[in-house]
Amino acid sequence: MIVANRKTLEEILNMLKSYKKVLLLGCNECVTVCAAGGEREVGVLASELRLARAKDGEEIEVKEQTLERQCDQEYIDQVRPFVGDYEVILSMACGAGIQYVAEKYRSKPVLPAVNTTFLGVTLEQGVWSERCQGCGECILDQTGGICPIARCAKSLLNGPCGGSSNGKCEVDKELDCGWQLIIDRLKELGQMDRYEEIIPVKDWTTSRDGGPRKRIREDLRL
Amino acid sequence: MILKAFESGVDGVYLAGCLEGECHFLRGNLRAKKRVQYVKTLLDEVGLGSGRVEMYNMSAAQGQRFAEVAREMTEKIRALGPSPVKRMRNAE
Repeated sequence: MIVANRKTLEEILNMLKSYKKVLLLGCNECVTVCAAGGEREVGVLASELRLARAKDGEEIEVKEQTLERQCDQEYIDQVRPFVGDYEVILSMACGAGIQYVAEKYRSKPVLPAVNTTFLGVTLEQGVWSERCQGCGECILDQTGGICPIARCAKSLLNGPCGGSSNGKCEVDKELDCGWQLIIDRLKELGQMDRYEEIIPVKDWTTSRDGGPRKRIREDLRL
Repeated sequence: MILKAFESGVDGVYLAGCLEGECHFLRGNLRAKKRVQYVKTLLDEVGLGSGRVEMYNMSAAQGQRFAEVAREMTEKIRALGPSPVKRMRNAE
């Protein structure tokens, strides 16, 4: 899922300086899984905002609402009946959701309560790790199910590099060398012949490098 | 829940959990301990101070310990003074 982490309270309070009526929107999907912006985190942040303001003798009204997702209009529409009662929307969704809410409620400032980071997986409760960079041309079949774009610090297509040492990457001794992982897996799968095949230069136009992307399925359009 | 208590103006909160290793629900008291530690960081972040929430361990049979802890926590909170949130709540 998309992994994000909540901004510091100080940063959020700073963004909310001139506002007294806040609509705090959580999201029930990715940010819930990574404990950054789900219903529980909405409750905690709302309490923190009220406590911080009360401590300084100031008022704040925070309405707590967690939507199923903020990347689909049908869910964003659910707050339309009461969005007018608030001065600002503080969203705990990922960057995509925050922007979509801003697009759908153009007259309200929409603020980000989280920093959106990567596409990743849950290794264990409380630990999430990056796995995919959304490059648009998946070669996981050639690399034993391990992505060299996301898991190699240099995104090498034919690794490892000279900085790989004892299975670790030179940029961080806790970081596994992506290519060591690939080689180990190819060995396990009996596919070391694939390692011998040189993967050609990548066409990055399918990635973000080619500009903001859009995907259209004509067969699904109404 | 603990944060809601502070929102309503309480000066301090203490949790009494079973002795470590003797939780009826196996690990409930360990989870509570982690949550209390988390709430402490939140209270520091907010500016109320992590000293206003504490966790104590005791068995249900330790009446004396319960009284001792109640006294200890009361003194601790008295030293910290009333919660600044209370001032606001009383003004309303």
